[in-house]
Amino acid sequence: MSDVFVFCEFANGQLKKGSLELLTAAQKAGGKIRAIALGSGAKSLGAQLGANGADEIFVGDDASFDKYNPELFATAVADVLQKNNAGVVLASSTSLGRDLFPRVAAKLGAATISDCTDLDLSGGNTKVRRPMYSGKCSAAVELNAPTKIVLMRANQLPVAPANAGKTPQVQTVAAPSANFKTLIKDIVKGTSEKLDLTEANIIVSGGRGLKEAANFKVLEELAEVLGATVGASRAVVDAGWVPHTMQVGQTGKTVAPTLYIAAGISGAIQHLAGMSGAKVIVAINKDANAPIFQKATYGIVGDALEIVPLLTQEFKKLLQH
Amino acid sequence: MRIFVCIKQVPDTETKIKIKPDGTGIETAGIKWVMNPYDEFAVEEALKIREAGKATNVTVLSVGPKARVSEALRTALAMGADDAIVIDSNDELDQYATAKALAAAIKAEGEFKIILTGKLAIDDNASAVSQMLAEMLGVPHATVVSKLTVEAENLVAEREVEGGTREVIQLQMPALIAANKGLNLPRYASLPGIMKAKKKTIKEVALASLQVSTADVKIKFNQYQMPADKPAVKMLAGDAAAQAAELTRLLREEAKVI
Repeated sequence: MSDVFVFCEFANGQLKKGSLELLTAAQKAGGKIRAIALGSGAKSLGAQLGANGADEIFVGDDASFDKYNPELFATAVADVLQKNNAGVVLASSTSLGRDLFPRVAAKLGAATISDCTDLDLSGGNTKVRRPMYSGKCSAAVELNAPTKIVLMRANQLPVAPANAGKTPQVQTVAAPSANFKTLIKDIVKGTSEKLDLTEANIIVSGGRGLKEAANFKVLEELAEVLGATVGASRAVVDAGWVPHTMQVGQTGKTVAPTLYIAAGISGAIQHLAGMSGAKVIVAINKDANAPIFQKATYGIVGDALEIVPLLTQEFKKLLQH
Repeated sequence: MRIFVCIKQVPDTETKIKIKPDGTGIETAGIKWVMNPYDEFAVEEALKIREAGKATNVTVLSVGPKARVSEALRTALAMGADDAIVIDSNDELDQYATAKALAAAIKAEGEFKIILTGKLAIDDNASAVSQMLAEMLGVPHATVVSKLTVEAENLVAEREVEGGTREVIQLQMPALIAANKGLNLPRYASLPGIMKAKKKTIKEVALASLQVSTADVKIKFNQYQMPADKPAVKMLAGDAAAQAAELTRLLREEAKVI
């Protein structure tokens, strides 16, 4: 029996799926679940958090938390964890979580590790595994400190139905007013409403086989039908076809979607490292000997520019029913 | 004004990983070690800032076995860094102990305005040392930075967050910046640069002199495993239209992912 802190992220009044996964995982520890939520509207998450098992919530319903300021967040979160003698702390390995928690851990002398893909808290243990060398292998992680902060990748853990029916106790987290040296001047929203590659459930990725930058639109059309996020190989990022934010691989993003469709990607070792955590992999490539087929679940030898639009049509038919 | 750049030496991305029989780590024999690719952007940015007259000296630091890690430092010196510090350690230090060692070494050197690092090291992908180091030195940080402007008192950094969103963040110096790809195009070491680098100093610092030991290690990786073998790929037959139809059916009925 041990209490677990869960740092929750939310958008538009809804907890993110990654946070729901963490709340479910925390239930296995058998102790109290104490959620932290920061930002305007955090207070209104009470019912959702209670339904997902939270016994207590630490709420910073304050516009100061609407923009992520690393110093401000680290001060506030470390303060909550320290005052409550936090043991296990779970958070999502998002861009915010990855930036924030090492700073929090340095304040607390806590152990922290990002990008975990397996987590088991049953029996008072903290069993964690994660990919190493961008997924070329994996390792178990031993966390040797009183406070253990585990950052989990999204889409790795099940979400239990929301029926815990608890009414959590509410604690208020005030925004610290120290003289911080960080100022968020501007946030330029991406044009895409899509989930980030690291959170996406379905990814369609393109490589040199698409022949030119303009042809990425056939992938975008397929992504639109599937609700997928578009990724890319290093070759086409380096060629300037698409921005680096779309790169999957060892010097890009390591992803673990349920479905990964690789169109016109031959599968350099660095790319395979970044996507081999996908549950189902579809490879479409002209070259039957391309290394991508060794990692694929389903393979099609053919021209991606011919196959992808056909797939878009097929999925449209299927998903309209 | 002095800039510190912290770099890590990692196995080249082409490396085929083999696990030790006891699962405690990877076999390092035959590995080609290189400077972490993201750290190249950090070194390049430091050199650009110095060349723009906004810094006088670029010092690179690294933690690890000195003979091996010095090669990565030599690469940075050949690119144009002024001097280097190697914190000699044969022990497996985690992110916390590494940050503590770097913080102590930088403090011992005196004043600085900017620390540059790579946003993560491609071996463990932890992306933790930079933020821990900033906290230990009591300075602000920005990670995943793809554009940097040095003003009189402040740094203005553009950083990439989820879904293509970018943040513009202003940090009062001294401050730490963790570089992303796209920040610049790292230069190659020129032949004269390589010759000059041979004469530059790499100062050795013992871990113990920084009050850091394995007692500071909070994270250990063990039970290494290769990924489970995937079942053989199912190649689809027929013409393009038939393949597309069959794939759609399989994804729905067999894989159940659509």
